[in-house]
Amino acid sequence: MSFPLLTATAALPALGAVATAAVPARQRTAAKWLALLVSLATLALAIVVLVRFDPDGARYQLTESHSWIRDFGVRYELGVDGIAVALIGLTAVLMPFIVLAGWHDADPLETGSRRWRPTQGFFALILAVEAMVIISFEATDVFVFYIFFEAMLIPMYFLIGGFGDRAHSQGEEAASTQRSYAAVKFLLYNLAGGLIMLAAVIGLYVVAGSFSLQEIVQARADGSLTMATSTERWLFLGFFFAFAVKAPLWPLHTWLPNAMQESTAPVAVLITAVVDKVGTFAMLRFCLQLFPEASKWATPVILVLALISIVYGALLAVGQRDIKRLVAYASISHFGFIVMGIFAMTTQGQSGATLYMVNHGISTAALMLVAGFLISRRGSRLIADYGGVQKVAPVLAGTFLIGGLATLSLPGLAPFVSEFLVLVGTFSRYPVIGIIATVGIVLAALYTLVLYQRTMTGPVKPEVSAMPDLRVREVLVVAPLIVLLVFLGVYPKPLTSIVDPAVKQTMSDVQQKDPKPAVEAAK
Amino acid sequence: MNPVNYLYLAALLFTIGATGVLIRRNAIVVFMCVELMLNACNLAFVTFSRMHGNLDGQIIAFFTMVVAAAEVVVGLAIIVSLFRTRHSASVDDASLMKL
Amino acid sequence: MENLIALLIAAPLLGAVVLLLGGRRLDAVGHWVGTLLSTASFVVGLVLFAGLLGKDAEHRTWTQHLWSWIPVGDFQADVTLRLDQLSMTFVLLITGVGSLIHLYSIGYMEHDERRRRFFGYLNLFLAAMLLLVLADNYLLLYVGWEGVGLASYLLIGFWQHKPSAATAAKKAFLVNRVGDVGLSIAIMLMFTTFGTFAFGPVLEHAGDASEGRLTAIGLMLLLAACGKSAQVPLQSWLGDAMEGPTPVSALIHAATMVTAGVYLIVRSAAIFNGAPDAQLVVTVVGGVTLLFGAIVGCAKDDIKKALAGSTMSQIGYMVLAAGLGPIGYVFAIMHLVTHGFFKAGLFLGAGSVMHGMNDEVDMRKYGGLRKYMPITFVTFGLGYLAIIGFPGLSGFFSKDKIIEAAFAKGGAEGWILGGVALLGAAITAFYMTRVMLMTFFGEPRWKNQPTKSPEAPSAEPAAEHQGAHGEPHPHESPRTMTIPMIVLAVGSVAGGAFFDVGDRFLHWLEPVTGHSEGHSPLSALTVTGATMVCLVLGVGLAWAQYGRKPVPAHAPRGSVLTRAARRDLYQDDFNHVVLVRGGEHLTRSLVYVDHTLVDGVVNGSAAGFGGLSGRLRRVQNGFARSYAVSMFGGAALLVAATLLMRAV
Repeated sequence: MSFPLLTATAALPALGAVATAAVPARQRTAAKWLALLVSLATLALAIVVLVRFDPDGARYQLTESHSWIRDFGVRYELGVDGIAVALIGLTAVLMPFIVLAGWHDADPLETGSRRWRPTQGFFALILAVEAMVIISFEATDVFVFYIFFEAMLIPMYFLIGGFGDRAHSQGEEAASTQRSYAAVKFLLYNLAGGLIMLAAVIGLYVVAGSFSLQEIVQARADGSLTMATSTERWLFLGFFFAFAVKAPLWPLHTWLPNAMQESTAPVAVLITAVVDKVGTFAMLRFCLQLFPEASKWATPVILVLALISIVYGALLAVGQRDIKRLVAYASISHFGFIVMGIFAMTTQGQSGATLYMVNHGISTAALMLVAGFLISRRGSRLIADYGGVQKVAPVLAGTFLIGGLATLSLPGLAPFVSEFLVLVGTFSRYPVIGIIATVGIVLAALYTLVLYQRTMTGPVKPEVSAMPDLRVREVLVVAPLIVLLVFLGVYPKPLTSIVDPAVKQTMSDVQQKDPKPAVEAAK
Repeated sequence: MNPVNYLYLAALLFTIGATGVLIRRNAIVVFMCVELMLNACNLAFVTFSRMHGNLDGQIIAFFTMVVAAAEVVVGLAIIVSLFRTRHSASVDDASLMKL
Repeated sequence: MENLIALLIAAPLLGAVVLLLGGRRLDAVGHWVGTLLSTASFVVGLVLFAGLLGKDAEHRTWTQHLWSWIPVGDFQADVTLRLDQLSMTFVLLITGVGSLIHLYSIGYMEHDERRRRFFGYLNLFLAAMLLLVLADNYLLLYVGWEGVGLASYLLIGFWQHKPSAATAAKKAFLVNRVGDVGLSIAIMLMFTTFGTFAFGPVLEHAGDASEGRLTAIGLMLLLAACGKSAQVPLQSWLGDAMEGPTPVSALIHAATMVTAGVYLIVRSAAIFNGAPDAQLVVTVVGGVTLLFGAIVGCAKDDIKKALAGSTMSQIGYMVLAAGLGPIGYVFAIMHLVTHGFFKAGLFLGAGSVMHGMNDEVDMRKYGGLRKYMPITFVTFGLGYLAIIGFPGLSGFFSKDKIIEAAFAKGGAEGWILGGVALLGAAITAFYMTRVMLMTFFGEPRWKNQPTKSPEAPSAEPAAEHQGAHGEPHPHESPRTMTIPMIVLAVGSVAGGAFFDVGDRFLHWLEPVTGHSEGHSPLSALTVTGATMVCLVLGVGLAWAQYGRKPVPAHAPRGSVLTRAARRDLYQDDFNHVVLVRGGEHLTRSLVYVDHTLVDGVVNGSAAGFGGLSGRLRRVQNGFARSYAVSMFGGAALLVAATLLMRAV
């Protein structure tokens, strides 16, 4: 039997989480280094997965399959396609930066207490999330996926509720109240989605008699399994609801701004850049493949919801006074693009959506982490408390601008490639929706540049006049992300060549073909 | 004699007991009413045993007696200790468990 | 030879990367590095030009495939560069004028502590602009298109500590983004129409597409051009863009970037040729902007804003010419090149004047400067003569051709467009003479008064180093600044004649754009005569108003039109009320809706459950007897239900 590479990729951070949690209270720094090393080792394993993965090979590769709960036909089945590989790569790449950016976020305020070990807990929870996210990307058994999709909520809940920004303007007690509100809101929304999905998972088992994605897809393809139209639609809605909460799609989005606002910047990145991607990924893997007919049936409504998310999220981002909330609403707008690309049912749309997940992860990480550095210096999240930072801390302002430009999808940076693909993919099938979505382009420029102008330009405010520029650790976090953004913007081919075959497969699963151009001779 | 009359008696006893449980405040009286209900059940069981001609009802009646005896032991102990601490045997006074 | 094309872009790009990442240690040499790399690009351009000239007119298209950029299914975007006569013309203009302005900036930005970064941005601009004109497909062009937008944003807002500069930069980027939406929709339309967006196949097969689609693509391209080239209705950013340092205004907002819209239209000639409706709209936009810019230019007292109005108006000429179809394409580009010379020269002259006048921009506080700045006076004067179309100078040739072509359009359309172009020429002569007279002639109005009024901070903070308060001492600028001005003045004088003699420019560009002679109802001589009459009228009027009598140092109230023109014909106010205010209300109410309605539904249901459980909690009152009652009640219900089921 070959080495279980996929299990190892997920198990390593899980074991790392246990080990980090077990580090004695006094050795906080050791815990940080351990977490960093584990995340780097996971990245190494992810690179091995990437290298071993053959884009033109079988649909699912590096597969593992073991019997687990025999009575219910639950099997421990793992396997990756190009889309999953790309997202595992994203997760593994971002983790070391998240750990590094959060280096001091969980230092205890008063030292001396022997039992109190927040630092160990913080990093252990982050690694636990990584493990669960990775295995969610790998699972090809619906039941296994469901377990980790839901279990992720536990560490996330503690990360949001337990750790917040230092030096809160309204005092520690008010901050703690708001944090627990945000954490509970996050938990309730996602639990509600998860419960409905659980019902659908059970329903699927009743109808199909199996939890295995591959078996069900195969059975549906060769006609040995037929679903009544209404059954398929109900099951689809059950799955989609959970993913739409996680993604999040309008009008199920309101947990995200609260959660991102109250958590520390690295955790906010973890939420929006990594955990939320499981939702959009699952739409592509489970909704479309298990329920192709229902997906087509629901497409018009979902596209409209996505469109609303795009415009609505961007408009609300313009109206925000809090830096982190602004980024959160911008993310809602971007998730609208991702969902739109998935359900446009064209090669460009779905490839674009997958690229978008990766690029959005990187660009949001860059913007949000720099914003976190900025906030930690001044102790305020309010845009109005800043001004003229550019003059005091030019490197910080420069990286912030690049992060912002990536968010507004400037050509030459990675997000442009994916955003344009999504737009083209949508436009070629639904021109009106594609055109309305371009409004998002203008609004993205508006909220990004207004944010930059209000915080970075103008006369230097007295409160920021002594602000130090980025430190070495912080530059180490931001610089590689910016390099990645530029590289994937100029040369995205390595990514597209991995993603493309998987998207073609998905397209054939839903029996869709790209529309033909009006003048074919030109090609 | 028609065995159904015993059932009527059992029902009467049970109703008296139940009413007592519901309307009396004194814990001892409530307790005695519970016993009355148990015995009403016993009577019904024995009657059924007689009517159907098998011993199942009688056996269950014995079980009930044993359980009732055990219950009396525990119940009386609780009532006595309650009376000691609060100097009252009223069931309404013991409402500390409410939310 | 083809492999040199990438080098054109690589040189300034390298400069931008080195200068922006290099840090303080490059402060001492940064400006020379930037200038050197920009000049290197110009030299490569000359080498390529020589190579192209050595080929037949039909074989002057070189492409260089670099790498496959976005390959997704049928969507194939490559990084391929294309050098033909059209892009070659732009390459020489961009790198030539660009290098001169780099040289000029060395002197102009001498006292700015962030000079290195300024040169980094300038190099970034050159790289993006070259990518724009060298791209072989529309998506790659889009990269350059937004790249110049970014460079323009960074340079307009170069003095970021001034809120007005930061606002102007943001405004420029946003208005351009609206135009960019047009470009991206155009590319999407091309993809659905042709299955590709590379120049070759799209332009070759444009004729096969339906006219409706071509019109849609054309209008979207026009929207893009309006944004970048500051045409009505997206013109409002250009005036504010003058907040940037003057060399930036000369390079980006006069000579090169703002003409990108004209490039786009001429490059897409095949599409517009198949869409007469779109062409009509192009000419209308050009004509309206031509008058709009000219009128605004007449009323501004700020020398840079007056020139900005003029730029808008001149680009209006080019867009108008481009809208005329094959009879106008070549002349649009020709005017673009000559305009590049004289307008850059004029801006550099304005910068030189400001440099000597403690960065005062108000022309009412100039006057009589010809004695103090002789070189600036002569070079500015030559640029002035060129732009008003003085016979023999470059503007005379290029503008005259456009007016002729407008009449040659034929029909009522031709008469209207030609009339507008003639009227524009008269107004041009008026406002440029006004600038000239107010700046260099008349009594000095700067004596005995501090130049700075405290409530109006200077546009160019470099003045802080020169003893800002007190009487200015006008002086000639250093040699790094005068040399570029002299070179550009030579170009303004000789360029037009050089291009026009033997129709050199026409023959050079014709293979790319195509050309046809129209049937003008007027002879060429009549048109030239009419133009001359307009010119004399304009100059005479301006002299009567500003030359004969002294210019008041404070602006008079002026007529309704003057006041409107001072405020950019209220276009900004309209934007402010409708878009800015409206947008603010919209976002504010949406924030409220999100909080109360969307979130409120969820929070409300949570509160509902909370209230319900609060009620239910009361049932648990702690009285043992009430529990007993509910038990008995429940048991009774069960028994009743069982009996009922039996009975049924």
